[in-house]
This record gives sequence, structure tokens and C-alpha cells, in this order.
Amino acid sequence: MSESGQRPEDASGQEVKTTGHTWDGDLCEYDNPLPRWWLWGFYATVIFSLIYWLLYPAWPVADTFTKGLSRVTFEVDGEERSTHWNSRALLVREMQNSDAAQRQQEFLRVIDDSTLDDVLGNTDKLAFVNSYGQGMFGDFCAACHQTGGAGLMGVYPNLADDNWHWGGEVETIAGTITQGRLGYMPDFRDALDAQQRDAVAAYVLSLAGYEGDAERIARGEEIFQGREGGCYTCHRPDGTGLRSQGAPDLTNDIWSNIDVAGAEDDAARRALISQLVHDGVQREMPAFGDRLSDAEIKVLATYVHQFGGGQ
Amino acid sequence: MADSQYQARIPVYPRTVRGRFRNLKWGVLALAYGVYFLLPWVRWDRQHAANQAVLFDIPGRRFYLFDLLVHPQDIFWLAAVLIILALLLFLVTGIAGRVFCGYFCFQTLWTDVFMLIERWVQGDRAARMRLDRQGGGRPLVLKGITHALWLAVAFATGLTFTLYWANAPDLVVAFFTGQAAFAAYATTGLLTLTTYLLAGLLREQVCTYMCPYARFQSVMFDRDTLIVSYDAARGEGTQGRAKPMRGLRTREARQARGVGDCIDCGYCVQVCPVGIDIRHGLQYQCIHCALCVDACDTVMDGLKWPRGLVRYTSENALEGRRTRYFKPKTLGYAAPLVLIIVLLVWGIAHQTPLDASVSQVRQPLFVQLSDGSIQNSYEIKVHNKSQQPVVLELRLSGLDGAELDTGRIERLSLMPEQRTTLLARVRQDAPAGAPRQQDLMFELVPVEPEGMAVVRVESQFILR
Repeated sequence: MSESGQRPEDASGQEVKTTGHTWDGDLCEYDNPLPRWWLWGFYATVIFSLIYWLLYPAWPVADTFTKGLSRVTFEVDGEERSTHWNSRALLVREMQNSDAAQRQQEFLRVIDDSTLDDVLGNTDKLAFVNSYGQGMFGDFCAACHQTGGAGLMGVYPNLADDNWHWGGEVETIAGTITQGRLGYMPDFRDALDAQQRDAVAAYVLSLAGYEGDAERIARGEEIFQGREGGCYTCHRPDGTGLRSQGAPDLTNDIWSNIDVAGAEDDAARRALISQLVHDGVQREMPAFGDRLSDAEIKVLATYVHQFGGGQ
Repeated sequence: MADSQYQARIPVYPRTVRGRFRNLKWGVLALAYGVYFLLPWVRWDRQHAANQAVLFDIPGRRFYLFDLLVHPQDIFWLAAVLIILALLLFLVTGIAGRVFCGYFCFQTLWTDVFMLIERWVQGDRAARMRLDRQGGGRPLVLKGITHALWLAVAFATGLTFTLYWANAPDLVVAFFTGQAAFAAYATTGLLTLTTYLLAGLLREQVCTYMCPYARFQSVMFDRDTLIVSYDAARGEGTQGRAKPMRGLRTREARQARGVGDCIDCGYCVQVCPVGIDIRHGLQYQCIHCALCVDACDTVMDGLKWPRGLVRYTSENALEGRRTRYFKPKTLGYAAPLVLIIVLLVWGIAHQTPLDASVSQVRQPLFVQLSDGSIQNSYEIKVHNKSQQPVVLELRLSGLDGAELDTGRIERLSLMPEQRTTLLARVRQDAPAGAPRQQDLMFELVPVEPEGMAVVRVESQFILR
């Protein structure tokens, strides 16, 4: 260490080289040489970058870029494609050819060859269904039905409860996914006037277990079960609904079109149902039969069945 | 200017020395090499797993350490081990200087072996210096042999490192028949190259320029830290050091003329593997290998003068004060060190054979069913960490009138090391006035083997 005012010295007492500038009277900066191998290391990185630029996409040029010599080959629908090196193409290839992808395909075949009982009773197969199904549900279903199948009131039915419009067996769910569904209830704006609709609403609420004005309910029953409304044709005389028509069960407190359970009072509940009878219902779920393989649909149906409401 | 911007390495030709610290270093080296090179070959009897004592199985996601099996979820142990190593380093460095650098660092150990090979082939310091000055065939041949042997040791080092990551006997066969995985060749190649470069060619440059440790050693050192020091007061006297010329051959004569005990033989400088002169005091290049202590002791013994002109001592001791070992800094390092060691040992000793976790399905959090009851779903993950097959039954407790539904799965069978996921549903008739959230407990009851403890995992049931 140098005393104040002295030039720095090295261990053997020789004055060391500094940059020559002095701050605050005695602050100097060493000008020690870099080791030469460090310079070689720098040259090595320069050579590395030259090779890299040659092989991989590197330099932006106007609205394009240098593509590099390295290429990735992958298959799309059985057709071989080749592109400059990029990680998206690598991902496509990985998703097709990697060990994991092949094991996945293998497991998918196992599910395809297994009976439903076997799948539902086997933890390994079920675990695969739940993990692969989750991915597919996210890709194809969750946009409407929401992650976990909770659905959206008024638009997309809840798949996690045990209330099914078309049936909750794995086969029926698979059918729904394959063909899609058209949910339709005609509007009664001309057939029934406001008072009649109100009466029907009261009767429907009584089916679901709500109490109400007995006289109004009796009038509603007449309309529901008679020719005036004819509701019984699809909803069945007991209100449990014809599954072939996708008619919902009216005898429970689960509502997928209107939030009856959340309504404030009897009048509000009746108003909701009355409005629905006035408007009718038209809902559509697209068909996935031409987009997914049978095995995938089986996995997806089993996954949805697992949400907790499967029958 | 170009020459002064970049400095070529000044060659260091360390000379042989014998002594206490050299013997200690040979001992540590033999132990370290023995462990490193033999460990992958030690077999270990395991019923359902690899029979290699120490194996880092990356594809299988588990590490085998003798009777201990480490799973990815035990990553906290790694954190604990790293904290222990760091604290140990600080503690030891604070007390005894760069013990790690001088005796245990891979760079030091491998450089030592490479220097040994160099000496066997080319001879000691003087012979090597002569070889470097000479032209012609003989130096070329000797240097060629040296480098070939270095590469052989480097390759053995690289291959051995790779053996820790797969079954050693299989991997060696696969390696030499061209059947091994690319990663095995890449790892071996990289380790061979770096070992050769770092221990053969770069040596002290690694410690001086690459290793950050040298640069922050002064933060850990204090006036009580034992460092390899030159006793300047004794060595220099009042008139400085001097060679033992006529009239300066005895201590008495030297002391009478104010000359110190250092006879300026230069042995301590010649043995230094990093090429410094310890008589200039503590320097960041010094790795505290203590070979200069051995060198000076040898010379002092020859002169029948007392040892310790160069010795392990603290700045306080050099100035005649007492060296304090027990002080807040040392205790501050030692206390957390002991704490973490206890925690780690406790953690390892309290491993459970079954690892289970329950996460409630949060979308939707609860669902009303057509009979009015409320259903919650749970994803239950079970991992059988034991080395035997296990059959489990899932039960529910702590929730009145609740019903557990696991579909058609009645029992869980798990092979050793198998893990699985099960979706379970819990239903309860929502009684009026029940709290929005209730606690419940899942119990995994082992049916086989008998005597295994029930695993309980808490979760909650949400009503609305």
C-alpha cells in the first residue's frame, strides 16, 4: 500500500503502472495488463459467433433476417417440411417424435383398446386420462365451459354438477362431443300471454321445490300439462325432461339458463322464468367428431365424466 | 504498447519440498482421489432400485446416497447443504485462512497431481527450466509424454464424473463400445478438456484471475485469522536479510550486526505454486498451501535454527498480541451452522415413506348437485417413497355426514417409487347455518404392508 502522496508500488517495491490520472490528490488507477490467455478467450468467442451467425438465424436485414444454414425437418399431416432453424419447428418435431410424445400415443392406444369399466377402475389409466384430458379440455372446451367445466350461467352449461341435459354417461358425453348439440326451446311470446307465462313460472318453481300461490300454480299446471303450453312433451309430465331433446330437469334447483337460485324473491324468480318462456332458448355446441380422434374423444369424455357429475 | 496491454503468463516452476504440510497435502489428495475415483464402483444392496451406492439418477428423478434416497421434493436438503458449505467456508476462513484453497480445492488437488506427473517425466525445477530454454527433440518428447499423461488423468477424471450419473459398469462398457448417450460423451469430453486446461495449462491463473474467492478473502480475514506469514521482525532484523556470507553464518553474529534470520535462499519462492514471494506479506494470489513453511523449516533445520520464520500465524500474534478464536464473528458463523446441520439431520431422519398432498379443485370450488347437496373435488397425489409395494385405502374424517366418492377406484396400489393422482369428490347435504368453510381430513390407511403409519392430509370443504 502506498503512503499518501506516493506512487503505488508492487510487492517487490517497484512502482506499478497507473493510468496516469490522479483524483483527489492521491487516488490512482492501476493499469495492470490483462493476461494474454484472456485475449485468446476473446478471440475464441469471436470465432464462435462467426460460426453461430453462419448456422443460425442472426442478423436483421431490412424486413427479413439471415436464416442460417442449419435446418429443421418435421412432418405436417404426413408431409415432410423443412425450415430454417427455429424453436417453434423444434417444438413441432418434439411433439411428434420425442420419446414422451410416442409414449403418449402408446398410452392413448391403450385407452382406446380398454373398456370403460377398465379405464374408470384403473388408477394408472385414469391418471393418464386426467392429465391428457386436462390438456385437451383446455384446448377445445375451456373457452366456453371454463377450466374445470364450471360453465357460464345463461350461456354454457356447468359440466361439474350431476345435472345433464343430454345424459352424463361417458358414452353420451362422447356422443355430445362427437356430434355437437343443438339446444332448442321454442318461444311462447304469441302462444301465452303474460299472466299465463307467470302461472307456468309458478308451476315450474313448485316442481323445483319452491312454495308459491296455490291458485297460480294450479293454473300453471293446466297450461304446462295441457295443450295450451304443451311443455310436458319435452319436459315430461313429471318435469324431469326428455334427454333425447336435451330438455333440462325442472325438478331440481339447478338452473343453467337463468339464475333462479340466486334471485331475490318469488316475484323475481317468476319474472326470470316468464321471460325465458317468452324468449325461448337456442344454444349450440359445435361438433368435434372431425377434429378429434375416437381415442381422444374417449379420453375427453372420461375426463369430463371425472369432473364429478358423471353417471 | 501492445505488449503491456496483455501479459503472457510468467511460467512458474515449483520446486519439490518435503515436510509436514506437504505430507498433509499428500494425505488429503490420496483420500480425495480415493473417494472420487472409487465411489461410483461401490455397490449397494437395494431391493427395487439401482445397486450403486452413489447414483444421481436424473431420468428417474432420484438421487441414491447409500441408504438415503433423495427425491425432487427434498430440494430443501440441497439448500441446507449449500448453506452449510457456505457457512463452513466462512467460519474456517475466518479462523484459519484459505484452508479450502490450500488443501481441498479441486484446482489445487488436480494441479498437484499434474505437477507430480510433470516432475516424474521432466525432472525438478532446474531441469524443467533447462528444458524450456533448450531447443531440439528431447524436450519435445518429454513434454509430449507429460501432456499425454495429463490427458489420460483428465480423461479418467471426466469419465469418473460421468459414472456418478448412471450405472458405472454398464456405462463404461457402453462408453467404449459407442453405445452411451450423447450426454455421457459430452460430459466426459467437457470435463476432460477443462481438467486438462485448468490443471495443466492455466493453473495459478485460475486462482488469480478466475476464482472470486481470492478477491473477497479480505472480507473474511481479520487480525486473528491464521495466515501463512513471514515473520518479518525475525527475518529482517534491523538491517534486513542477508545471505550467510563470512561473518554472518551464526545467529549470534547476525543478531550482533542487526541482520535477520532470513538467509535469502529463495527456497520459499521456488516452491510456491502460484509464483509469489511470501516475504512481501499477505497477497491475494496466495492459496495458503503452506509449502513455503515446509521449505523454510527445511532450511532452518539444516542450519539448526528454530523453525517458524515462515509459519501459520495471525497478524495479532506477529505483533505480540493474543490471537482470539472465540469472538462474535466466529460464534455468529458457528451458531447458524450448527442450527442448519441440526435441521438437515432432523429433516432426513423424519422422512415419511408415503408422501401425500391434497389440492382442492378450485374451478369450480364447489358445485350444487340436483339433490341439493354440495360437492367439492380434490386432487390427491400419493408417492410411495418406500422400497416396498403399498396398498392404500382412502378415508375421510372430520366432516359430519359427508360422503367420499372415488368413483370405481376402491384401493390404491403403488409399487415402490410409484406415484399417482386420484380425483376424489366429497358431498355433504348443506345443513342450514353451516359455516361457509369446514376443515376435513383425508386419511390414507395402508392395508399393506402392516404397521405402516396412516398418512393424514388436511383440506377444507367449501359450502358456498
